[in-house]
Amino acid sequence: MEGTVRYVSEDGRPLAELPFGEAELLRGYRAMRRARLFDERAVTLQRQGRLGVYPLFRGQEAAQVGAALALGPSDWLVPTYRDTAAAITHGLPLATALLYWRAHPAGWSFPEGVRVLPFYVPIATQLPHAVGVAHAGRLRGEPWVVLAFVGDGGTSEGDAHEALNFASVFSAPVVFVVQNNGWAISVPTERQMRNTRIADRAPGYGIAGVRVDGNDLVAVWDVVRQAVDRARAGEGPTLVEAVTYRLAPHTTSDDPSRYRDEAEAGERERAEPVARLRALLEARGAWSEEREEALVEELRAEFDAAVAEADAAPEPTPESIVEQVYAEPGPDQRRAWEALRGG
Amino acid sequence: MAAEGVATGAATAHLTMVQAINQALDQALAQDERVVVFGEDVGVMGGVFRATDGLQAKHGAERVYDTPLAESGIVGYAVGLALAGMRPVAEVQFAGFLYPALDQVLSHVGRYRHRTRGRYTVPLVVRAAYGGGVHTPEQHADSPEALLAHAPGVKVVVPSSPARAKGLLLAAIDDPDPVFFLEAIKLYRSSREAVPAEPYRLELGRARVAREGDALTLVCWGGMVEVCLQAADVAAREGVELEVVDLETLVPLDEETVLASVRKTGRAVVVHEAARTGGFGAEVAARIAEGALFHLLAPVARVAGWDAPYPPFTSVEHHYRPDAARVLAAVREALLT
Ligand SMILES: Cc1ncc(C[n+]2csc(CCOP(=O)(O)OP(=O)(O)O)c2C)c(N)n1
Repeated sequence: MEGTVRYVSEDGRPLAELPFGEAELLRGYRAMRRARLFDERAVTLQRQGRLGVYPLFRGQEAAQVGAALALGPSDWLVPTYRDTAAAITHGLPLATALLYWRAHPAGWSFPEGVRVLPFYVPIATQLPHAVGVAHAGRLRGEPWVVLAFVGDGGTSEGDAHEALNFASVFSAPVVFVVQNNGWAISVPTERQMRNTRIADRAPGYGIAGVRVDGNDLVAVWDVVRQAVDRARAGEGPTLVEAVTYRLAPHTTSDDPSRYRDEAEAGERERAEPVARLRALLEARGAWSEEREEALVEELRAEFDAAVAEADAAPEPTPESIVEQVYAEPGPDQRRAWEALRGG
Repeated sequence: MAAEGVATGAATAHLTMVQAINQALDQALAQDERVVVFGEDVGVMGGVFRATDGLQAKHGAERVYDTPLAESGIVGYAVGLALAGMRPVAEVQFAGFLYPALDQVLSHVGRYRHRTRGRYTVPLVVRAAYGGGVHTPEQHADSPEALLAHAPGVKVVVPSSPARAKGLLLAAIDDPDPVFFLEAIKLYRSSREAVPAEPYRLELGRARVAREGDALTLVCWGGMVEVCLQAADVAAREGVELEVVDLETLVPLDEETVLASVRKTGRAVVVHEAARTGGFGAEVAARIAEGALFHLLAPVARVAGWDAPYPPFTSVEHHYRPDAARVLAAVREALLT
């Protein structure tokens, strides 16, 4: 991890003076713990047949939550399919997130005021959108910053290059966070690229680049916060490489034992982000088993309420298939609507 | 050609289609501060066809500007601008270079409204020069309208004259949905027409009867309208009146105007310059079969490009692109039935 920003060791010791006070650290821990609980409970729901295919993020909480915490409410988040943790941290209600992964139309319209674009399935194609949103802020005189995620595999797509180049040329206020989690489904990073230090690409685009320990919430939060500040000050985009590890399978349909040595995942548990920050807080006397239990209980109640809310959403009608294709349905949508309503 | 539906009475100028498009962009920039115009070479140079000539000087480099050379980037970036409240008008130099951006078109442009249940929309316009007849190099003469039309959620507009182009482009920029605006290269400078000076908008999603007749319906769009009108002139000298229906908007398709015409004439020939297989003509023929079969006195015929890439070979190009003679041969065959 040479040249990699890190504030907290794997066993939770501070390695430098921390840029955050205790209240902020506790806020960060809560947000990460909340994300982890979402992931754990989402898998359970999926196994019960109450959620569709779901892309897990366990192990990547610090990368997503840390980056999202660096945003203000007027800033935009442009996530990949794996970034539910970032989305709920940036204000996406849990029930909406659940309905999204339940593939229910009610979950596909994020609430007004929550500046989170939809989870994108096609890899890296959303990155040019992030640049457009960023440039629009400039043109409209609104100083919003855009945080866009991509995976290590996604950096191989042409759109990743086009977006980095556009952002660089337009000096757009975008922060690109590559979650380098070691794998793109079954393909390891070394098979995806020759130079696996993804932050090294930044100088090639003439923009700032930082490599950060993606399992260190303090480091990710601080690095992205600085990048957001620079972007807001008109100093252009940053490419942040958050080195992390996906402890979980790619999705609930994936079987990593076919391609990954699962001893590796066991080994990586040591560096995982939630326990790391908890150890740091405990060593400072700011956390305890009791407080943990109380927090988990509170988060469970919040999650259960969200499940109840999601369950209460009415069944989608067949007509919803052809709704919202155009602002005004054309003759072909109207015909389909009638047929679906009648059938 | 009469510019029906176009406001009259005000000052007009005789403009080429590219000048009319330039005027539409100029007025859109003046009327709506959310409009930005960008693409490869559109800023300082004014676009490879000069459609954006003078706009940067007049409206500033914040609103009219060059992008890096990357079509997926241009369209994807336009998506971002649009969903953050701007009215982007992107230029892709040649529709044959839209292919790198088809990923954006299919994955995002056409889906955003639906995918977010109306929460986010992408009211963007992508203008692209298309079609042959002017001896361009390889891939500069493609007509990819069927590829675009097959992506639900986008609209596809193909103007056929200066006055129509101006009104349709201003309407496209106002439209709340994404519009692909295909401009036939052959028509850019081939003729002039009286174009009203003030801004005006023509309704999208309406086909127009460009010439009335009773013997047979020619269905066409863009660069083929001129060809079909030529064919109709020739036929008229022989006493055969052909009706020419200019679709103007392929999506949403004004099927009723086509069907009404075919029910009247009993015969139809669809004309386009893209390859025949899977071309938009197949869609039109199928609609006629669905909606007017029992009015037909002859099978619906298609005159199209051949199932080969559009040839860049100057001396044989005219064998690929339908001309009045090929249209008339198909007309004769249909009339003999
Ligand atoms: C354009 C495209 N190609 C292929 C896929 C199928 N696919 C889904 S996830 C994935 C791997 C992505 O890896 P990475 O970008 O590293 O992100 P991670 O899943 O590891 O977070 C692939 C190939 C896709 N969704 N989109």
